[in-house]
Amino acid sequence: MSPAPDDLTALSLREAGSGIAARAVSSRELVEAALARIAARDGKVGAFLAVTAGRARAAAAEADARAARGERRSELDGVPIALKDLFATKGVATTAGSRILEGFLPPYDATVVERLQAAGAVLVGKLNMDEFAMGSSNENSGYRPCANPWDLSRTPGGSSGGSAAAVAARFVHGALGTDTGGSIRLPASFCGVVGVKPTYGRVSRYGVVAFASSLDQVGPLARTVEDAALLLEKIAGHDPRDLTSSPRPVDDYLGRLEEGARGLRIGVPREWFQGGLDAGVEQSVRGALATYERLGAKLVEISLPHSKYGIAAYYLIAPAEASSNLARYDGVRFGLRAEARGLKEMYAETRERGLGAEPKRRIMLGTYALSSGYYDAYYLRAQKVRTLVRRDFDAAFAACDVVAGPVAPSVAFRLGEKTADPLQMYLADVFTITCNLAALPGLSVPCGLERESGMPVGLQLVGRPFDEATLLRAARALEREVGPLPAPALG
Amino acid sequence: MPVSDFQVVLGLEVHAQLLTRSKIFCGCSTEFGGEPNTHTCPVCLGMPGVLPALNERVVELAVRTGLALGCAIQPKSVFARKNYFYPDLPKGYQISQYELPICVGGGVDITVEGVEKRIRLTRIHMEEDAGKNLHDVSADGASGVDLNRAGVPLLEIVSEPDLRSVDEAIEYLKSLRAVLVTLGVNDGNLQEGSFRCDANVSVMRRGEDRYGTRCEIKNMNSFRFLRQAIDYEVRRQVELVESGGKVEQETRLFDPDRGETRSMRSKEEAHDYRYFPEPDLPPVVVPQALVERVRGELPELPRARAARYRSELGLSAYDAGLLVAEKGTADFFDAALAAYGAGPEAAKKVANWMNGEVARLANELGVEPARSRLDPASLAAVLKLQDAQTLGGPGAKQVVEELFRSGGEPAEIVRARGLAQVSDTSAIEAAVDRVLAASPAEVERYRGGNRKLLGFFVGQVMKETKGKANPAVVNALLARKLGG
Amino acid sequence: MALSLEEVRRIAALARLRLSPEEEETFAVQLSAILGHVEQLRELDVSGVEPMTHALAEGAVPLRPDVLQESLAPRDALANAPAREGTCFKVPRIIE
Ligand SMILES: [Mg+2]
Ligand SMILES: [Zn+2]
Repeated sequence: MSPAPDDLTALSLREAGSGIAARAVSSRELVEAALARIAARDGKVGAFLAVTAGRARAAAAEADARAARGERRSELDGVPIALKDLFATKGVATTAGSRILEGFLPPYDATVVERLQAAGAVLVGKLNMDEFAMGSSNENSGYRPCANPWDLSRTPGGSSGGSAAAVAARFVHGALGTDTGGSIRLPASFCGVVGVKPTYGRVSRYGVVAFASSLDQVGPLARTVEDAALLLEKIAGHDPRDLTSSPRPVDDYLGRLEEGARGLRIGVPREWFQGGLDAGVEQSVRGALATYERLGAKLVEISLPHSKYGIAAYYLIAPAEASSNLARYDGVRFGLRAEARGLKEMYAETRERGLGAEPKRRIMLGTYALSSGYYDAYYLRAQKVRTLVRRDFDAAFAACDVVAGPVAPSVAFRLGEKTADPLQMYLADVFTITCNLAALPGLSVPCGLERESGMPVGLQLVGRPFDEATLLRAARALEREVGPLPAPALG
Repeated sequence: MPVSDFQVVLGLEVHAQLLTRSKIFCGCSTEFGGEPNTHTCPVCLGMPGVLPALNERVVELAVRTGLALGCAIQPKSVFARKNYFYPDLPKGYQISQYELPICVGGGVDITVEGVEKRIRLTRIHMEEDAGKNLHDVSADGASGVDLNRAGVPLLEIVSEPDLRSVDEAIEYLKSLRAVLVTLGVNDGNLQEGSFRCDANVSVMRRGEDRYGTRCEIKNMNSFRFLRQAIDYEVRRQVELVESGGKVEQETRLFDPDRGETRSMRSKEEAHDYRYFPEPDLPPVVVPQALVERVRGELPELPRARAARYRSELGLSAYDAGLLVAEKGTADFFDAALAAYGAGPEAAKKVANWMNGEVARLANELGVEPARSRLDPASLAAVLKLQDAQTLGGPGAKQVVEELFRSGGEPAEIVRARGLAQVSDTSAIEAAVDRVLAASPAEVERYRGGNRKLLGFFVGQVMKETKGKANPAVVNALLARKLGG
Repeated sequence: MALSLEEVRRIAALARLRLSPEEEETFAVQLSAILGHVEQLRELDVSGVEPMTHALAEGAVPLRPDVLQESLAPRDALANAPAREGTCFKVPRIIE
């Protein structure tokens, strides 16, 4: 007799894959279990914008046939996963969470989608997100709100809120998100899963709807560090279609995963523990640091003096690039078009109707920062500050191997808590943003539940350029002590 | 005050399409024409999430051009986004170069009325072309957008405001065009728009040294239109200044039907382009090794070739200039000369044919010599038949024309059309006698001392013999029969 | 750094955004607040600092060889078009 659906959805990505390899479970069973759980529970969560049941069932059948022939493509072959709706999927609606792209059917796949399919992973749906990845709570979704599986009255974080929620809620065994200012790490921390933002250039951005091109990076969200490493290994590497993707070879992430924390020098930035950090969060983070010491790692106090300028620099650079990236949504070739007599009316009417408040706000901010007379004072200066932020890290890495600290100042905040004041919302990214500005790899790994709220807290680790291997190894060392968090009650 | 009291100041921006197979950022064809949107893909359609993948050939051709024009090749140059909304601009920005172009400085040498002048270049940069807006595609007067041309690689070549007349401007464009075609980076086709030109026009009173406000004139797709447009614009600006008005800096469109330039409102509002470095493309790195390799592959350039024709072949500056204006024509000349002979004599003769009869036919039929049915070897053959007295001047012209139109074998044509020159005295003598008998009056006056009439008699005899008579024989016979 | 309503309108026009009078008001306030926060960058001396305009530090990355790849069939190129005429994207009349 086959195992109960919820036992199947409880499996990690690695376990599910091994199960198929051992013929103990079929891809079809895994996919049906996932679809059943989504059907039963996602009404309350809102992690999915679209469920591709038909395609998933067909893909599962093929995966099972391959398994039967002993021709599995990879450890992921036949395992159900899902994608933030920012990734172009050929023939499958791709909205970027925006009404202006409602019904858009890309005639192409994002490179990472091709790579996951080549590995045999089964796509069961497209995940909820803040419109064009602009947000920290998923409340800017153009379609439906998304709740935190641990407490449905709280946000899952953003902008990859649906990805973190879907993984935490055991809807899928892994997912992809994107991180421009913390959009993978923040929701991973809020939902108690592992989220990795690789070095800029480690993963191809081709086919990933652009928010801020010099900051966007694709990464995995999973329940365990090993699962995250597995996914990253599959999607990382040079892509001739993305000239900002690095040609350097991809490290063996899994091979070094169990090397432990002994001898690791962990930098603790003074600035990340000053003010604005909730006591409960600080306690969990300090606890994790203590664990590392116990495991034989060495804690080094470091300073990142320009951290406090991160938000300011980011909110000039990201909106500037976004204002240009979102110009293509003009109602001419795809997406929403509002009929109007004149051309300019058509543009304005289309963008008025299709874009939400946050994209408009950032387009305005970015257009202003680039407009003649302001470029040097805003955009150019911000890019120089970016250099200073990077130098902070370069200096720090002379004394340590990874930088550790909080992901966010607080646990998941309540839905509606910050929607009135954009600036307050932006400040949720205060600890994650410098990692993007410096183009460095970072991740969030669960380090426990906060006392009062019982909500998950994530530890952020930031590494040297292209040193994801050390980051994952360090995260795994902590995970072995703390353990992956249990499944949330979803109630 | 008339226009002549004003000094015209011109700077030109040339957009030259690079001869690549694929577009600058995607693998779509650069071929001209084709059904609308049949040469498009997610990248050149500006679909969400796609990225530009720079064509390495574009960089190489830019370096090639820069070296040929004496520019400084920048080891590191940066693409930038030029932001504005227009239906033919899929992404809402054009990927171009702004602060750091790939080529800086350099110049184009021109000769106007025998005077040499160097027109300095400001810069040369790489950029993508926009698509095409088609007007009134449907009954309701709506417009259509064809993106086949979107993403076609361009070089924008910007001159300093060194040009002082329309003639200089046209000379500059012809020289530049000849260089680009010789380099094989551009096909020089103005009609299809693969060699386009915008002009920055301003006027100042003679003697002054401060430039007036300039206007940018667009849409001049022939040298004739360029002349019309600039002449009109200069008159407009002078009249404006004369009537105490001010020239507004703006972009103006040339209307070929009206022969006028008019303000381009649509572009006006979008003048804050918000340039910033293109984050999707790393800086373009040009290794010295590439520069050296390309330098080594540079062909002989038109002006160098003309100089060689003068020094080695003793051609006049005029003849040499005409020959090198079109690379194909110069190559034809070299081949014909090689097949015909050597030395200044031969060169002069071949050049005369190329710049005379062959050029005339090329103009008349609108076919470049290189693309006609005439080939260098048969032109040489015709010249040899002439030397052998087998063909007279008129006959040779007829043979060349037939070859140019429909090709063939010279000797064969001479035979088939009975064009062989007649040197047989008795036949010519009969014609001479007929002519003299038919014009006793002229004979009288000639004998009376009016020697100039000899030409008249020669002409008459030639007519009698349908131009086939050997002029030498005719002259001899006339001299004898007219006496003294 | 407060943003005037006129500036808000100028920027909106540049970005082809139509804002309701209410939106103009809120944006003027919110953008001013954000720009206010951004002001702190002025404290820093950035003279002689290179801007980090490109995040990937690596030097020469391989470019694309000049080879043709298959274009989309017009059907697919225009599949998402809100309006088309023949194989053209159809837009309201353009006046130059
Ligand atoms: Mg240009
Ligand atoms: Zn294309």
